Amino acid sequence: MIPVPPAIQRVPWKLIALLGSIVAFDLLVLYSAAGGSWSPWAWQQGVRFLIFLGVMLGISRMPLRIFEDFSYLGYLGVLLLLVAVELLGFVGGGSQRWLNLGFMNLQPSELMKVAIVLALARFYAQLPPGNTRTFTALWPALAAIGVPAALVMLQPDLGTALAISIGGVVVMFVAGLPFWWFGSAAGAGAAALPVLFSMLHDYQQKRILIFLDPESDPLGAGYHISQSKIAIGSGGIGGKGFLNGSQSHLDYLPEGHTDFIFATMAEEWGLIGGLGLLFAFFLLIRWGTRVALRARTRFGQLTAAGLTMTIFFYIAINLSMVMGMAPVVGIPLPLFSYGGSSMLTIMTCVGIILAVENDSKTGSRRFH
Amino acid sequence: MFGKKSPPITEAWRGITFTRRAIVVGGAQAALFGALAARMAYISVVDNERYVLQSESNRVNLTLVPPRRGWIVDRHGKALANNRVSLRVDIIPDRLHDKELVLGQLKTLLRLDGDAMERIERDLKAASGFQPVAVAEDMTEQEYSAILVHLPELPGIAPQRGFARNYPTGAAVGHLIGYVGAPTAEEYEKVKDPLYITPGYKTGKDGLEKYFQDMLRGKPGAKRVEVTARGKVVRELSTQPDTQGKTVHLTIDADLQDYAARRMGPESGAAVVIDTLTGDILAFVSMPSFDPNSFSDGISTSEYSWLRGDDHQPLINKATRGLYPPGSTLKPMAAIAAIGHGMDPSERHTCIGGYRLGNRFFRCLGTHGSLDMPHAIMKSCNSYFYWVADRLGYDAIAPTARLMGLGEEFQLAGSNQRFGTIPDSAWKMKKYGQRWTASDSLNAVIGQGYVSVNPLQLAVMASRIASGRSLYPRLVNRQFKNEPLPFSAEALGTARLGMDLVVNGPGGTAGRSRLPLDGITMAGKTGTAQVRGLNTGNGKGGTWKFRDHGLFIGFAPVADPRYAISVIIEHGMGGSRAAAPVAKDILTFIYDREKGMKALEAFEAGWGGTIKERMDRNYAAWKAGIAAPDPGLAQ
Repeated sequence: MIPVPPAIQRVPWKLIALLGSIVAFDLLVLYSAAGGSWSPWAWQQGVRFLIFLGVMLGISRMPLRIFEDFSYLGYLGVLLLLVAVELLGFVGGGSQRWLNLGFMNLQPSELMKVAIVLALARFYAQLPPGNTRTFTALWPALAAIGVPAALVMLQPDLGTALAISIGGVVVMFVAGLPFWWFGSAAGAGAAALPVLFSMLHDYQQKRILIFLDPESDPLGAGYHISQSKIAIGSGGIGGKGFLNGSQSHLDYLPEGHTDFIFATMAEEWGLIGGLGLLFAFFLLIRWGTRVALRARTRFGQLTAAGLTMTIFFYIAINLSMVMGMAPVVGIPLPLFSYGGSSMLTIMTCVGIILAVENDSKTGSRRFH
Repeated sequence: MFGKKSPPITEAWRGITFTRRAIVVGGAQAALFGALAARMAYISVVDNERYVLQSESNRVNLTLVPPRRGWIVDRHGKALANNRVSLRVDIIPDRLHDKELVLGQLKTLLRLDGDAMERIERDLKAASGFQPVAVAEDMTEQEYSAILVHLPELPGIAPQRGFARNYPTGAAVGHLIGYVGAPTAEEYEKVKDPLYITPGYKTGKDGLEKYFQDMLRGKPGAKRVEVTARGKVVRELSTQPDTQGKTVHLTIDADLQDYAARRMGPESGAAVVIDTLTGDILAFVSMPSFDPNSFSDGISTSEYSWLRGDDHQPLINKATRGLYPPGSTLKPMAAIAAIGHGMDPSERHTCIGGYRLGNRFFRCLGTHGSLDMPHAIMKSCNSYFYWVADRLGYDAIAPTARLMGLGEEFQLAGSNQRFGTIPDSAWKMKKYGQRWTASDSLNAVIGQGYVSVNPLQLAVMASRIASGRSLYPRLVNRQFKNEPLPFSAEALGTARLGMDLVVNGPGGTAGRSRLPLDGITMAGKTGTAQVRGLNTGNGKGGTWKFRDHGLFIGFAPVADPRYAISVIIEHGMGGSRAAAPVAKDILTFIYDREKGMKALEAFEAGWGGTIKERMDRNYAAWKAGIAAPDPGLAQ
């Protein structure tokens, strides 16, 4: 048997194969969505994936310590960026979500999804175990989640605000805060729903109402959900065949290469394609959860669990939306939807989880 | 369960808690994955059929192809109404999202003028969402391709290569044929036929087009096309051709119809020609008229108000809806009635310039001296017929008038008639509660007073006098018995002789209107009707609308009658002056087209061109705000 060099051994081949096969499938779907053409989406998505794969591997080689040390700083930095975006939007007279850095548009809210998890993981890692059930364990976390979530809501971007919150809340949950806190918060939240609803923007309210009854407005705002369900439903078990999706090719399906790409895929590949993709995502989430369970440090545990949840949240909300189980919120399907921001976020998440995995292979378990 | 755990909290406890909770989170995630998979399976397997249907109905657009309308042809098969290829573009209001933008684009692309834009705006307001609104018809290939190129930026626009109704002789057949137009929202609500909201589909709105709608309509074809969400056609899937509507054959002679219409010139009036062998209506003209082509293309507001504002009333079919006092044209009929009641046509009466009835003196137009019946007709002597009416009473004459078709509403395809009045004592009692008087009889016998008829009835009367049979007028080949009338040969002969003398006798009232033909002569009777209730001037001049109407009935050839005619020229100042010459030329045209055309061309040179040329010029002048010149002066 040929000895495999350690440098090659350290490369997470299985994970790369998993991500690679998801993206390879994605490229086929984008190729079809463009009417049988590699441009404008497929080749760009492929190149982007290769670059971000490099970024991911780069991140995964970094010692976990660094993430822990810089987590607060990073959080504050991203928070400042969010404020800056808000001010720019205020000056520019309208909502704005990104900063133009010249070579790319930076969307700080995307970075916040990662930053919040790292910051809270560090906070709970450093918290003396005895304080876990005290108020000290609660308010800094609530503040850390609440401020950026509120800023993002102002943009207004309900989906991202929810993604930030859910990542943070899951870290709090696995950190061991009393169970009933979550239960009563959920209860209070449910009770406060009408109030929260009234605080939403008109178009957000409309989306929720239409989600509850999509048929009420099949040509207006309910159009997205209706057409998406038609695309998925008409695909059947085996799909209409590669390049044969009429819903996407004849433009009935809006956003067929971005938020609603799952419907585009399902129309041509059917239930088989859909279950295959779901299974691939399931493997990714299972890997993240396993890394969390095997993590050597508490920071690693909490980080991996939080980031896995962040990835899962994307998948779950997007798929619920395209299948008519959630209101239309602008959340892309990880690795599948065309676009750089979300892919960068997801690959960063995976990279950090890899760093946790690498860390757990280097030494004995310790909890401080 | 976690909350019940009591302190102390240690790192070990925290580790266990983490593991447990991570498993809870992971389990929840796995459950959600399961739910998503189940949901997807449900949509794509259980609801599959429904969504496949919806996807197909998205993708496939079934468009109806409006059927080609059946032709309307004359007795020789010449088209009075046919179809021509037309490139058209419509707006589907439901799909129109940015009205201003699209209308602006169309205005630039098609160079639409203010009139057209106004009409489109008006139609858009009136149309329900799915009902197409015509933007332009008969576009040039360039305009059409300009629209096709810009189609993606013009949602709600439907260009189409189809057929449009065409009336080759235009205004000459306006009142006869009627016109077509897009169905109204109410019509669609009634039948709910998707064809009614298909761009380019027209239904008959008036005249024969309306009457024969079911026959002319045809069966629509269908086209299945694959369309994008924005309505752009990707490809045709299948096509089923339309079935053209059936042809309607009329008794009309298209050339004669056109000639008669043109011969009316700038006058307001009507002319009807009937075949005295069959009752076939050969020409059925009311002028001035409208161009049915304009109506069928969707008439502009200003053209419509131009037509409405014209005091010659081009929108009214005077041949069936114009009621006139027939004047002296009733005298031959009165002669037949008199003989039927035992009067001897050779009995003479002396005209002293009028007739004394009690203490009233009824004037004649001349002092004709001693006359027998045929010569009384020839001279159109009122005194003679006053004497007849005074002797017999009008109740003796009215039944004959009715047998001649006066006061009758005919079952005539596509016509909407006002049938006027033939009065008698019972009628007057019913209507006014008054007794009939001798002076009523005197007025009625010269076609004034309560008597009113329409030009169609006059033509029928002429044909019945000429044939001696109860001819029933017809526009299509329907069978009527046309039985002989209960008049003696002597009675009919006297009336015909009198009418012959009117034209061909020495000093007949229509002596100037003898046919310029060898061996063919025309018989006739002039009539001059005072415009009722107005006594301004003597009716021979002055303001156009206060002048007398000119009427003429006639038939030819005298020896063996074949054609009967009636002509009325509104405010023409007299039958011999205005109406008889028109009848002369129309009958001349039947026998000698060249001669007829020569006469017409000379007139048209004086009037300023053909009907269309004059209409176009008048419309332009009207639009320019210049009042049209008084056409009454032209002849």
